[in-house]
Amino acid sequence: MPKNKELILQVKDIHKSFGDKEVLKGISFEVHKGETKVIIGPSGMGKSTLLRCINQLTIPDKGTIWLRGQEVNHHNARQINQFRQKIGMVFQDFNLFDHLNAVSNVEIALIKVKGMKKQEARDKAMSELQKVGLVKQAFLYPAELSGGQKQRVSIARALAMDPEVMLFDEPTSALDPELIGEVLGVMQKLAQEGMTMVVVTHEMGFARSVADEIIFLERGRILESGPPEKLFYQPEYERTRKFLFKLTELYGDIKGYHKR
Amino acid sequence: MENLMVVYEALPFLLQGIITTLGLVLSALFLGFIIGVPLAIGQVFASSWIKKIIAIYVWFFRGLPILVLLFLFYYGLFTMIGLNLTAFMAAVLVLGLRSSAYQSQIFRGSIQSLGKGQLMAAYSLGMSKGKAIWNIILPQALRISIPGWSNEYPAMLTESAITYAIGVMEILTRGNFIASRTYLPMPIYLTCAIIFLLLSYSGMKLLHLLEEKVRMPGFEK
Amino acid sequence: MINWQFFLEILFPALQEGFLMTIKLVCWSIPIGLVVGIVIAVGRVYGNIIVSFFCKAYIVFFRGTPLLIQLFILYYGLPSLGIYLSPFVASVIGFILCSSAYHAEYIRGAIQSVKSGQILAAQALGMSKISAVLNIVLPQALRRAIPGCSNEIIYLIKYSSLAFMVTCIELTGAGKIVASRYFAYTEVFLVIGVIYLALVSLVSKLLNILEDRLAFPGWENKK
Ligand SMILES: Nc1ncnc2c1ncn2[C@@H]1O[C@H](COP(=O)(O)OP(=O)(O)OP(=O)(O)O)[C@@H](O)[C@H]1O
Ligand SMILES: [Mg+2]
Repeated sequence: MPKNKELILQVKDIHKSFGDKEVLKGISFEVHKGETKVIIGPSGMGKSTLLRCINQLTIPDKGTIWLRGQEVNHHNARQINQFRQKIGMVFQDFNLFDHLNAVSNVEIALIKVKGMKKQEARDKAMSELQKVGLVKQAFLYPAELSGGQKQRVSIARALAMDPEVMLFDEPTSALDPELIGEVLGVMQKLAQEGMTMVVVTHEMGFARSVADEIIFLERGRILESGPPEKLFYQPEYERTRKFLFKLTELYGDIKGYHKR
Repeated sequence: MENLMVVYEALPFLLQGIITTLGLVLSALFLGFIIGVPLAIGQVFASSWIKKIIAIYVWFFRGLPILVLLFLFYYGLFTMIGLNLTAFMAAVLVLGLRSSAYQSQIFRGSIQSLGKGQLMAAYSLGMSKGKAIWNIILPQALRISIPGWSNEYPAMLTESAITYAIGVMEILTRGNFIASRTYLPMPIYLTCAIIFLLLSYSGMKLLHLLEEKVRMPGFEK
Repeated sequence: MINWQFFLEILFPALQEGFLMTIKLVCWSIPIGLVVGIVIAVGRVYGNIIVSFFCKAYIVFFRGTPLLIQLFILYYGLPSLGIYLSPFVASVIGFILCSSAYHAEYIRGAIQSVKSGQILAAQALGMSKISAVLNIVLPQALRRAIPGCSNEIIYLIKYSSLAFMVTCIELTGAGKIVASRYFAYTEVFLVIGVIYLALVSLVSKLLNILEDRLAFPGWENKK
């Protein structure tokens, strides 16, 4: 663990129930600058809920979130909006704004939330689109983009806010297999450039080559966490080994991802 | 022959009614829009007791016949609260309030058809609820609403004739006036009917043009 | 201060008669309007060019012109051609004509949403085309048309108040007479409003129940 690095995000003892179903039973972890955490776990075990709790799209029942040592107070709507600007989020099903073309999708929050001038926002948006390789598609509407292109626009949209940390919620699981690579490629590049990221994914090739730490979520708790080598080769629990084995079998290792 | 002469002489008087009818219909549609949009937003996003109040409002205005609403407001409530309105103004208000109830249902349906994902995305970028509704939800909901909303025009047009009952000088009121003087009701009423058909048809054509104009990828019906 | 005597001895007896007239109007108009609507819809979809054109014109005219004009033509216009209708009959005919045009449009849409392959399949089984339409297409189409037709029935109940404009004294008319004699518009029309709300809410409940009863698996997937 890079102890010398700056602490960006702290998740402390998060609990969340829906009705009488307790989905999260006390989750804690920390993310340092430039780290990539990969969260894995069986379906329906609260991975999306955890990410949504981090930026308060879902309000946790108990527990706190800290960004750069500052606690997020969910009673203060304005503070939450400020805080969310510093946390980028990428959704499984993209959630692009269907009435806006790609570049407008990226610039709208710059204009409406950050109060940027139109031209400045446009320049910034174009440079973000360039990072994800979509300058040519800048004026196409979401309905005219492929799934992989949509997801890259949504990454550019989140990046444009210059977030401290990016959250990815299964960014490739709604994509056709041949489109997964282009999105993972963008994410890997981000990680290499030092972006701090929390990624929920089942792409074991990506996890193995990019993650600093893998967190295995089961039954609302962190069952086990550690660097990829440990979880893949010497897991503490039989359960972890079985799950990782099944995932690798299902999704395979994506070729072309090499340990940095 | 006599019939044709009567129609010919009555035509200018009847055509003036178009101004009143269209003025009434467009003002009421506009009023219905202005009130209907916030009602729809309230029905989706507001607290539960506001939702209830809006539901009662909608139920009331959709459940009563126009004739009863006109009598109730024009002869009753407006006078009672000391509001001295012309028949035309009263008709605009009544038809507008009633239309707002119907329009709110159209907009509400469109808002709900959008799903929660885009709202989540907007929040995740730091937008407040108000900004997200204004910049993300409304532009799409209004666009989706256009086909359903287009039906409000011919509906309102045919219903506007009922304001005859409180003496608004619209097309039918004028027709009736002439019919009772000339004792030749048939040609006059048919002329009125044709005027309504033409207004309805040309309005729909215009609305289709508008629909074409704001069409964009992903918003085909 | 509320004048109970006015309500109990004057308003309610008057409204009772009017209410019965309203019920009579809608009870005649709704079923006949539906039947005519079905006929027009079938003629529009399956008729030859002439029949189909006539049905289309029928739909356009009665949907595109105010019901009130239709009533005026029937009651004030026809006598100039030597046809005299009572206020009640003129109203019922007007309601049938207008509502059948709306029903026809809903049913037409529903007929066209039934896959055309089904008629072919029925004919392949040896049914005549008419039999296929009656036994295969219409039952499905009518089920699908229920939401639209229900809506139209609710409209008709409210529109029945227009009978008063051709001197048929139904609920609204009865109220208007009392209201103007005693100058009590607000009270009278609030009471009438409650009656209409109750009637409309009751009927739409019933229609919803009917709709659920007649549901069959998979019918929601229209396309
Ligand atoms: N808003 C909500 N209301 C009620 N229950 C919810 C809500 N959101 C999530 N849940 C429930 O919480 C549980 C965890 O959901 P979540 O989406 O976080 O799981 P997940 O691990 O992301 O699963 P997946 O792999 O399918 O995405 C599920 O059982 C889900 O049904
Ligand atoms: Mg999930």
